[in-house]
Amino acid sequence: MTTFDLNFAADHFTLFGLPRVQALDLESLDKSFRAIQSRVHPDKHAHASEADRRLAMQWATRINEAFQTLKSPGRRARYLLELLGHDPQIESNTAMPAEFLMGQMELREAVEEARSAADEDALDAVRRRLLDEIKADYERLAGLIDVARDLEAAGNLVRQLMFQEKLLNEIDDALEAVTA
Amino acid sequence: MALLQIAEPGESAAPHEHRLAVGIDLGTTNSLVATVRSGMSVVLNDVQGRPLLPSVVAYGADGSVEVGYGAEAKQSIDPKNTIVSVKRFMGRGRHDIAHIETLPYDFVDTEGMVKLKTIAGIKSPVEISAEILKTVRNRAEASLGGELTGAVITVPAYFDDAQRQATKDAARLAGINVLRLLNEPTAAAIAYGLDNSAEGIYAVFDLGGGTFDISVLRLSKGVFEVMATGGDSALGGDDFDHRVFCWIIEQAKLAPLSPQDARLLQMRAREAKEQLSQHGQAPITVKLGSGEYVDLTLTTEIFTDITRTLVQKTLAPTKKALRDAGLTVADVRGVVMVGGSTRMPQIQHAVAELFKQEPLNNLDPEKVVALGAATQANLLAGNRAAGDDWLLLDVIPLSLGLETMGGLVEKIIPRNSTIPIARAQEFTTFKDGQTAMVIQVVQGERELVSDCRSLARFELRGIPPMVAGAARIRVTFQVDADGLLSVTAREETSGREARIEVKPAYGLSDDEIADMLKDSFSHAGDDAFRRALREAQVEAQRLIEATQSALQDSADLLSTLERAHIDASITKLQTVMIGDDRRAIDQAMQALSTATNEFAARRMNQSVQRALAGRKVDQLSL
Repeated sequence: MTTFDLNFAADHFTLFGLPRVQALDLESLDKSFRAIQSRVHPDKHAHASEADRRLAMQWATRINEAFQTLKSPGRRARYLLELLGHDPQIESNTAMPAEFLMGQMELREAVEEARSAADEDALDAVRRRLLDEIKADYERLAGLIDVARDLEAAGNLVRQLMFQEKLLNEIDDALEAVTA
Repeated sequence: MALLQIAEPGESAAPHEHRLAVGIDLGTTNSLVATVRSGMSVVLNDVQGRPLLPSVVAYGADGSVEVGYGAEAKQSIDPKNTIVSVKRFMGRGRHDIAHIETLPYDFVDTEGMVKLKTIAGIKSPVEISAEILKTVRNRAEASLGGELTGAVITVPAYFDDAQRQATKDAARLAGINVLRLLNEPTAAAIAYGLDNSAEGIYAVFDLGGGTFDISVLRLSKGVFEVMATGGDSALGGDDFDHRVFCWIIEQAKLAPLSPQDARLLQMRAREAKEQLSQHGQAPITVKLGSGEYVDLTLTTEIFTDITRTLVQKTLAPTKKALRDAGLTVADVRGVVMVGGSTRMPQIQHAVAELFKQEPLNNLDPEKVVALGAATQANLLAGNRAAGDDWLLLDVIPLSLGLETMGGLVEKIIPRNSTIPIARAQEFTTFKDGQTAMVIQVVQGERELVSDCRSLARFELRGIPPMVAGAARIRVTFQVDADGLLSVTAREETSGREARIEVKPAYGLSDDEIADMLKDSFSHAGDDAFRRALREAQVEAQRLIEATQSALQDSADLLSTLERAHIDASITKLQTVMIGDDRRAIDQAMQALSTATNEFAARRMNQSVQRALAGRKVDQLSL
């Protein structure tokens, strides 16, 4: 395991003293985050000079941003691929396997049906099913990046996952509309 | 080189001595102030021993201002000039206020935040709130026997930027140094968590007089981490009163009411509601000014029936906050109840049913926010004792975004992001030779600008003329630890920085604040001058102490030359601060700050290094 080498411009993994992997140890991430934030957070410098307070805010902002990026598996994967020099062409490449698209369409129909019936339980069920799918795909993604080093395939999977997470957001919106 | 310091009686001159810091719960219905005394957080009572200060302000024809119980007694006599629940107007436009037609006030038609016409002149909600805060400050200073170093002021977690800014402005107007704006449920979580050494996931359900918040927190080893927050900044006990009020009018078939009668019935409605929390029914008998009599009995069944939709309105944001946190009710270890309105059995039942567990009511729901805020104020003021340390990680409640083509919102910072946070977004010009651009900042969750709150609109000028799409304008949103937003923009191709200041559409401009302060100064005369001077001296002393303590800790980070420069700046400031030239003090403070800029940066890096360097993650104690 790497030891820490901190400076403001370090990459997110280095900042937290963690290896550059998709299968990140989230508990270690959490520990590092808290240890650094306990030093730099503006609350720890509330009584200091203005320069100190400004710096504290900049550092805390930097640490929060790094933490948010590494905590979310999707953002972590995109960041990691970028560090490894692979561009998954998120904006330009929309090609996806037909089988995947079929599955997504099926889920979307289920969401639409539940939404128009204002069926909270049905929406919850679709949400859980989708969450399971997403979880399995992230495990596969970690294997592609960390073990197989197949960045091309990883990039494709990242794009699919973004698609799934967008659907998850739509389900959340539907749940909000139904329960309001 | 230390100057001889002469201490006032009862005040110590030693640095790092106990600083007077308080937590203020500026509530819709009642306000409270608390402080930490010998390690215990306590609410400061008024001279009659009463902990609450009704958040009511009464203006008199002679220019007098009364705040608290005295003002409360006037509300049905002079409703127009007696302002209750002013918190509901903070940072709000006319169209935002529910049931505005039933309110007895003369609203002035202005852009942005509403203003009220009173017998003492036109008042903004910020000025009215400042009166409450002044009373609170006086109570605290009398009780603690000295000037306050600073205060933590609580705000509903679901307050947007305009409402937060308005609260901070009110504090500024009341002469209070705001150490931090703290979210009410977070303050409650601190009080609860420290008291009970709680660990795990907790929800704080906070239903006050006018606002509803739900926050989901993870409490772990001295870290209070807000995972998600939700709520409704216009839902509270007042709305339950209003339902009862409407029921009375309907049942008694009353003719249109005078403002006095309306206020009287609203008070009776509230009393009846409060009585129902203890009893199965509440009689409502009133003789109105119109000569009509009201003689009704409100039962629990009727009350439950007429307020059912209000109770429901608390559950949707609660479920949403859990979803945002990625949790289900089974993950929640306890639900802490906060706010006087959670005393209603209807609320208790609904919460118990949703979370499948009895909510926690072991703290006084009316005091817990102020107590938690006091604890945080004590910590921020630097009074912490060894081992008495924790970290608060809060979030922004509503997404921040920009208007893009076609009235759509581009989200820049999503809700529930941990603060402080900064995000940048690049924009470009859409016409050849375009040199200016309008940027509209909005807050809210909807896709359309018209469904969100507009926080600010500003023009970015001086973009070098280029072909369409060539300019690259980088707009950066920064949200600080108070949850307040600032926006900067920069044209990247020319490297030209256009710093812009957000002009809050619903807040007060700096000029307006300056005018209000000037007004209050002209009344106070020399007092104000002395106060300002004293504030500058306190601030200067604080800066010197902070610098000296930094020099003690990490003198090795400075070269002899740098050290000499800082020492000289300290000496200069010490010399001018004994005089009465405020401008000279400000200048010397500025000079010292500049001299220590680089030093501060090195110290911060060193601090981060010390936190982690040479150790492996699994060895960290946190």
